[in-house]
Amino acid sequence: MDALLQPVQQLLGPTLFTLVWTLVKIVVLLAPLMICVAYLTYAERKIIGYMQVRLGPNRVGPKGWLQPIADAVKLMFKEIIIPSGANKGLFILGPVLALGPALAAWAVIPFAPGIVLANVDASVLYVMAIASMGVYGIILAGWSSNSKYAMLGAMRSAAQIISYEVAMGFALVGVLMVSHSLNLVEIVNGQAKGWAASQGLGFLSWNWLPLFPMFMVYLISTVAETNRAPFDVAEGESEIVAGFHVEYGGMAFAVFFLAEYANMILVAALTSLFFLGGWLSPVGFLPDGMLWLVAKAAFILFFFLWFRATFPRYRYDQIMRLGWKVLLPVTLVWLLVLGAWMLSPFSIWK
Amino acid sequence: MAEIRNYTINFGPQHPAAHGVLRLVLELDGEVVERADPHIGLLHRGTEKLAETRTWLQNVPYMDRLDYVSMMCNEHAYCMAVERLLGIEVPLRAQYIRVMFDEITRILNHLLNIGTHAIDIGAMTMVIYTFREREDLMDVYEAVSGARLHAAYYRPGGVYRDLPDVMPQYEPSKYRNPAKLKALNAARGGSLLDFIEDFTNRFPALVADYHTLLTDNRIWKQRTVDVGVVSPEQAMALGFSGPMLRGSGIEWDLRKKMPYEVYDKVDFDVPVGVNGDCYDRYLVRMEEFLQSNRIIKQCVDWLRKNPGPVISDNHKVAPPSREGMKSNMEELIHHFKLFSEGIHVPPGEVYAGIEHPKGEFGVYLVSDGANKPYRMKLRAPGFAHLSACDAMGKGHMIADIVAIIGTMDIVFGEIDR
Repeated sequence: MDALLQPVQQLLGPTLFTLVWTLVKIVVLLAPLMICVAYLTYAERKIIGYMQVRLGPNRVGPKGWLQPIADAVKLMFKEIIIPSGANKGLFILGPVLALGPALAAWAVIPFAPGIVLANVDASVLYVMAIASMGVYGIILAGWSSNSKYAMLGAMRSAAQIISYEVAMGFALVGVLMVSHSLNLVEIVNGQAKGWAASQGLGFLSWNWLPLFPMFMVYLISTVAETNRAPFDVAEGESEIVAGFHVEYGGMAFAVFFLAEYANMILVAALTSLFFLGGWLSPVGFLPDGMLWLVAKAAFILFFFLWFRATFPRYRYDQIMRLGWKVLLPVTLVWLLVLGAWMLSPFSIWK
Repeated sequence: MAEIRNYTINFGPQHPAAHGVLRLVLELDGEVVERADPHIGLLHRGTEKLAETRTWLQNVPYMDRLDYVSMMCNEHAYCMAVERLLGIEVPLRAQYIRVMFDEITRILNHLLNIGTHAIDIGAMTMVIYTFREREDLMDVYEAVSGARLHAAYYRPGGVYRDLPDVMPQYEPSKYRNPAKLKALNAARGGSLLDFIEDFTNRFPALVADYHTLLTDNRIWKQRTVDVGVVSPEQAMALGFSGPMLRGSGIEWDLRKKMPYEVYDKVDFDVPVGVNGDCYDRYLVRMEEFLQSNRIIKQCVDWLRKNPGPVISDNHKVAPPSREGMKSNMEELIHHFKLFSEGIHVPPGEVYAGIEHPKGEFGVYLVSDGANKPYRMKLRAPGFAHLSACDAMGKGHMIADIVAIIGTMDIVFGEIDR
């Protein structure tokens, strides 16, 4: 690879080369991600369709495979309407702020050993910091629309994200305790050690088993973080119509849509990295690889879709109660248990 | 300091949970509703006034358009009122057919209600499951009357025609494989009664499915238990009827209390709630599915064994047979008079109320002896229920208002008339 790049570097000079090379890497990362987002919407419509005894999209292209493309084209050609009472600048900034963090967080996600855009030491912190930025987009969108429904959606979203970030953060503290690192690659590698892994049963040494309550809390919190059903009160189509993006149309709406799905894929990938061993193979006789990460993320994403097809929506105050009175105490108690376990002679993380 | 005002939002008329064209002005304190003020009239078509210029028979299709999810029940109340004014007796077979279709309609209505209530609360799968069953029952409507919604099947004096011997079948399509097509047509090989019987056999298992999906779901319970509580006294004071009243624990069902048609000959129970909240009303409706199913089964049995006329043989009221009309001068004259001038109803006033799926649906008619009503007044249960919106919704959150609108089972066709 380096030999191939050498002549290009000489041609462009070091500064320009770094810029171009970084841009190329970003495109290589984001282009497949965007395709994944598009086909996640297709998968959602198909899977929920079959759960609801219907067929889902099947008219555009063979088996409906071109449906996401058709949707994208339709949305791109629609006019973007800015309400006359809206704050124009912030109204446009809203969707940008929602999508930006959802994409930026991917910079530190390792797909396999060595395949990572930026192997930062504190990548968990970076992800947490970037992911919590997304809510500003939603709040700005809701506020700048100057619409009552959008305002209610923004308020709900703000309150919800604050409470679930706490539970989510505490759930991650457990992961950090056992892996002694804030680096995602280290966290995954930490899960490859242990008695079960040496017996060829790698999936038993992953974090989900010893940290099961935290895994559950994290999974639920991620659903809430991404504003997906049953926690989709910020959108709440049957209550506040479309919540924060009620005034958005065309591509501006599509950007929110992309952000939601990019976030879903992001948290699914993160859950796989934190708790399901990332790219590690579940059994000894199969090799590790990026495919495992994709499979695990797809597994988590399937849950997201399954939840949406099954559950009624929580009420806004019930979400708060679940976050503060159930999930947070569970994680706090398990943190103590975990701490005691790690100090005791029965610790499995030595 | 600036004056703090409540947030006032306009909930509807274009709102996904407004069930049509409800405009609800909500005064909010944060998300808590201080006042819920329903505004009606956006679907007003002046049915009561229109009826004064149409013949007695021409008014039947207007009834379908009142509560457009329980069409035949509306027709039933109207036909019963006309029959009481005329003082004619409906053939027994027609009575059984009417009872059977009233109960099919009740299932249709409750399926829509349960499904939309669930989707209002966010469980979007339910509505598709219930619409799958509605589709079968819509086919029953179509088989018997030719129309899926606006049936105009009940006529003063009986029903339009006897039950057909064949069920319409699904046709091949490039999106449906042959095996699937065969499965869809499996129950449609025989007569309409065979199809209905097959449905009644399948239906309890489907209701059990709905229970699995919702009844014990914790989120569903959190969203409906203790939401929109109405005490028995309050329910009566607010003029509730039907499942809304029974959900509060009052055992009041016109089918039992003032039996009409053959309801005193069929066996069924009336479920009542305990707490008067949305969850109890939901359970009452779920149980009514099974009770209606029981009634339909009994009607199917009776109808199989007892052929006979389905409309009165009084040709001043009901049209003669086609063959009679083509061979007999007197019957031709009857036919001509009936479909041009219409029937004449003796002067008088009458009220006929039935246990409509939503509550007591009543038709009050005044006749001056002409070929059209002098005045018609409709008593729609949904109107009384919607009026209670403020009483039920005060102090709840916006999301609960949606649940309460869902549980009220409102349809604007009948409220705005």
